[in-house]
Amino acid sequence: MKSSIWTALSFLFFAVACAPAERTSVDRSSGSSAQSAQVASGKPISIKGSDTMVILGQRFAEEYMKANPGTVIQVNGGGSGTGIAALINGTVDLAQSSRPMKPKEKADVETNRKATLVEQPVALDALSVFVHGNNKVKTLSLPQLKEIYTGKATNWKQVGGSDAQIIMYGRENSSGTYEYFKEHVLEKADFAARVQTLQGTAAVINAVAKDPNGIGYGGIAYSKDVTLVSVKNDASSAAIAPNETTVLDGSYPISRKLFFYYLSTASEAQKNFVTWVLSPAGQAVIKDVGYFQLAGGSAERSAAATTNTASPSNP
Amino acid sequence: MTTPNELNLGKRERLRLFTDSAMAVAFTLAGWLAIVFILLIFVFTFKESLGIFTDHEIQKEANLHKFFVEEIPEATTMIDRYIWQPVSEIPKMSFIPLLLGTLKATFVGLLFACPVGVAAALFSSEFAPARMREILKPAVELLAGIPSVVLGFFALLVLATWLQTLFGFTYRLNAYNAGIALGIAILPVIFTITEDGLSAVPRSYRDASLAVGATRFQTAMSVVLPAASPAVFAALVLGFGRAIGETMILLMAGGNAAISSFSLNDPLRTLSATIAAELGEVVFGDAHYSALFFMGTLLFIITFVSNTIGQLVIARMQRKMRGT
Repeated sequence: MKSSIWTALSFLFFAVACAPAERTSVDRSSGSSAQSAQVASGKPISIKGSDTMVILGQRFAEEYMKANPGTVIQVNGGGSGTGIAALINGTVDLAQSSRPMKPKEKADVETNRKATLVEQPVALDALSVFVHGNNKVKTLSLPQLKEIYTGKATNWKQVGGSDAQIIMYGRENSSGTYEYFKEHVLEKADFAARVQTLQGTAAVINAVAKDPNGIGYGGIAYSKDVTLVSVKNDASSAAIAPNETTVLDGSYPISRKLFFYYLSTASEAQKNFVTWVLSPAGQAVIKDVGYFQLAGGSAERSAAATTNTASPSNP
Repeated sequence: MTTPNELNLGKRERLRLFTDSAMAVAFTLAGWLAIVFILLIFVFTFKESLGIFTDHEIQKEANLHKFFVEEIPEATTMIDRYIWQPVSEIPKMSFIPLLLGTLKATFVGLLFACPVGVAAALFSSEFAPARMREILKPAVELLAGIPSVVLGFFALLVLATWLQTLFGFTYRLNAYNAGIALGIAILPVIFTITEDGLSAVPRSYRDASLAVGATRFQTAMSVVLPAASPAVFAALVLGFGRAIGETMILLMAGGNAAISSFSLNDPLRTLSATIAAELGEVVFGDAHYSALFFMGTLLFIITFVSNTIGQLVIARMQRKMRGT
């Protein structure tokens, strides 16, 4: 008798356990059919990628969802490479990247997803170099940065500081910032083995803030409790501090674009979101977060937008 | 002639018999399922790494020789000789720095956890009053319930600062920091197994020792502990198996720099942390991907072997203790 009660109970348990799964699958199918009929649907837009851009994407999503209550947007980090891989594998709708996609990655997306890829710059960032607040070194040239991060300069006195070992912090190799730094500062040379790779710019800043001999790099929006180094193109040129003026006029040597990547076959809801991001309301968020609005303002933006809408949506 | 009552009883019994055998089958299946899962996981991990043995394109970048033997030609120091730099114009995939990192962290971890764990187990089984033991044992075992990410976070933010101010390390995140955090994580394993081993030592051993005039301390150190030494060994081996696969603590507290050095002052990067950090972005099926899965296979084999040895030693000791 007892055992039959248990059997009944376990069946009940299974029935309950299975029920929600069924419900969500029904939801999903009805959601996608509703989506074709009307713009605002319940299907969330999933965004993944650059850790540099996570705070930006989240603020975009917050503000947009406030203005458009029907839309749900999920934003995740993991690194530009992670986001791009997810876009290739079809597990996200939109990839954020702090570096331009490589030709091979573009081709992979288009063959795997059978749709045209749209590349949309959304903001500008000054790739910043951080040191501890007490560090005597306030300016570094690109060749000096290369020497430090490839392991040729190991002591601060070699670059004009006090006699102490340089403790390097950097990012994982899934990071777009890692690749950007490697390409533009190290000129594609390898990072030294002693670079400690951390998960995310916030972790790098944290480490440098705690380490009097530390140096790190990352997006400018995260900089807090650290000194931003002024960067010189070479030993003889002027030191440029990273800020809005120097980034917009192009004088800061290592500024870069931050990108959205998505497919031309994206849902209306997602396209509306991207349009909003490029609108003045969306661009206003960028400054709040700590990055910079696209240079040239409307010119580049509208040019990018027209090429995007012009690109055919066939495979 | 069957009365309705008898018929009813028969039905019930048949039902009971049926549920009994159905349940037996279900439990047997559940038991086998675990074994099947382990096998499938191993087969999957190994299959994904198979490229380094079969695919010529992959072999150009990743093969056993490159993993374990090859040196960078013009290098002068050990650090430059073996490099893990998979994202590069010329990918360099030496496992040496990662293996060294794994071993360094595990070594410090065991060095920290073994004395503490064994001493705590001795205290708990030989000296502690019964009431204190009732608190101590669950408390140490509760330590196993702390998520490793919490331990890693603690080591990253608090422990690293303490150690650096105390010892003046050049690197905040180093093998000591990671190893001690790891030691906290494996402490419960070592404590529990040693404690069980000590408790399994027959009462007669202690009585005999005390009867010839040994103190309680002498009894514990020179009679009970040696008798339970296989358990201590098993605890070491199982702790090693647990430590070598631990990921989150080392990812957060180890500094993640793939340096081929024996110095415990340097930051380190372990095999497990490398998999966790890099698997997210690799292209499916390329050399880097296969290399990461090969690391997984390697870790699987190491933990499998050490766990098997540990369990065998425990089983043997239990048989022996029961025999006497």
